[in-house]
Amino acid sequence: MSTGEPLIVLEAVNKWFGPLHVLHDVSLSVGKGEVVVVIGPSGSGKSTLCRTINRLEPIDSGTITFDGRPLPAEGKALARLRSEVGMVFQSFNLFAHKTILENVTLGPVKVRKEKPAAARERALALLDRVGIANQAEKYPAQLSGGQQQRAAIARALAMQPKALLFDEPTSALDPEMVGEVLDVMTSLAREGMTMVVVTHEMGFARHAANRVIFMADGQLVEDAPPAEFFANPRSERARDFLSKILTH
Amino acid sequence: MNVLIDRFDVFAGGFWLTFQICLLAAIGALILGAVVAVLRISPVPPLRAVGTAYVTVFRNMPLTVVMFFAAFGLPALGSNADFLRIPLLDQVFSRLGADLPYFRFALIALVLYTAAFVCEALRSGVNAVPPGQAEAARSLGLTFGQNLRHVVLPQSWKASVVPLGSVIIAMIKNSALVGFFGVAGDLSQSADQLTSAEGYAFIPVAIGISIGYLIMTVPLGALLDRLEKRQAVAR
Repeated sequence: MSTGEPLIVLEAVNKWFGPLHVLHDVSLSVGKGEVVVVIGPSGSGKSTLCRTINRLEPIDSGTITFDGRPLPAEGKALARLRSEVGMVFQSFNLFAHKTILENVTLGPVKVRKEKPAAARERALALLDRVGIANQAEKYPAQLSGGQQQRAAIARALAMQPKALLFDEPTSALDPEMVGEVLDVMTSLAREGMTMVVVTHEMGFARHAANRVIFMADGQLVEDAPPAEFFANPRSERARDFLSKILTH
Repeated sequence: MNVLIDRFDVFAGGFWLTFQICLLAAIGALILGAVVAVLRISPVPPLRAVGTAYVTVFRNMPLTVVMFFAAFGLPALGSNADFLRIPLLDQVFSRLGADLPYFRFALIALVLYTAAFVCEALRSGVNAVPPGQAEAARSLGLTFGQNLRHVVLPQSWKASVVPLGSVIIAMIKNSALVGFFGVAGDLSQSADQLTSAEGYAFIPVAIGISIGYLIMTVPLGALLDRLEKRQAVAR
């Protein structure tokens, strides 16, 4: 599925939160169409890694390039880059004062200057695709968590992004709603969307990922295809992590 | 209490003048305060520094001192604040266009002083919006200005309305100072006129003056309560 051509490249990225070294010389390349799942214990820096890719978190040293261009500094150029990288958050972050439909059309209309009618049509198609077309006129608070997260995915897709970042998209969901969000993500992965997914859903990592990245203490410890990673983790740290989560 | 009826024209005139300066000052302070608030939350450090410096100066200086600077400092700099002689507006608010500049000076002082508090009230509203809202807007590619306009500010009003109302009500009461800086005939200065120059008893006059202020402040408070209820955003 992956064409091998790199879309997201991190080289020797370092980041500190005060004295805490959250990203330690992280280098990573994500090819076009590749699905990379990032796992690891909490506090390992995986969410931070995900957020550096669209510069929601600035880095202290190293370089990040997206589609061949280094990430620009704060300003118009960065806004343009962010419009090409969709992001889905743990807490959905749908705009609370706008309807689901308005949430999905805001970016296309304000950032891409699309005609409202055209943006609306595509938004409705996307909402239909994620299975919540009948919720278009409701406000986020009226939807279940799973519906909100699917709306957030539709909002990200409306920008026709080159890549999607998922920052623990199912961690805030009730268990019975995790499946409906993962189904949408799996179908996106099948269609060749480039995805970086921070998650604790090992099932998704197993069947949808091209590669699994294991992080611990700010370092990228392992980088392997899922079958290999789950069957034969090379590092002690990964074996320990997997034994803790897979025994229950 | 006959003074309230006999000299109703004085109270009414004072009320009208105080109402004018408060209306103009409220509009000016809301606009300037919004600008300073945008500076204070902007991603550009020098702009933030300007906003912070403004608030530090005008929030911490007594209004009387600001009034002194406006009434004596501006003339010393050779300004009669003629830029406030705005055509058409000075037809409605005749004192704006008057030759005596004290109404304009007092207006400037009230606006400068109140804007610092307006800025902080607006900022408290912005801070009440969960940070994820702005993050989601940024990651869609909205610029700082679009983010404020379409995502953050519309949600910040609810949390801003109550402190903003307190600021404007305080400003209406603060306007009682303008009479001591050359603005003849406002509500407070009318009291001075009636008691010391015309010998009316103080307490009935003070009651009349108080009613004048309450007519402005109480309905404003009620209006803000209604606005607050209407602005509720479900989360």
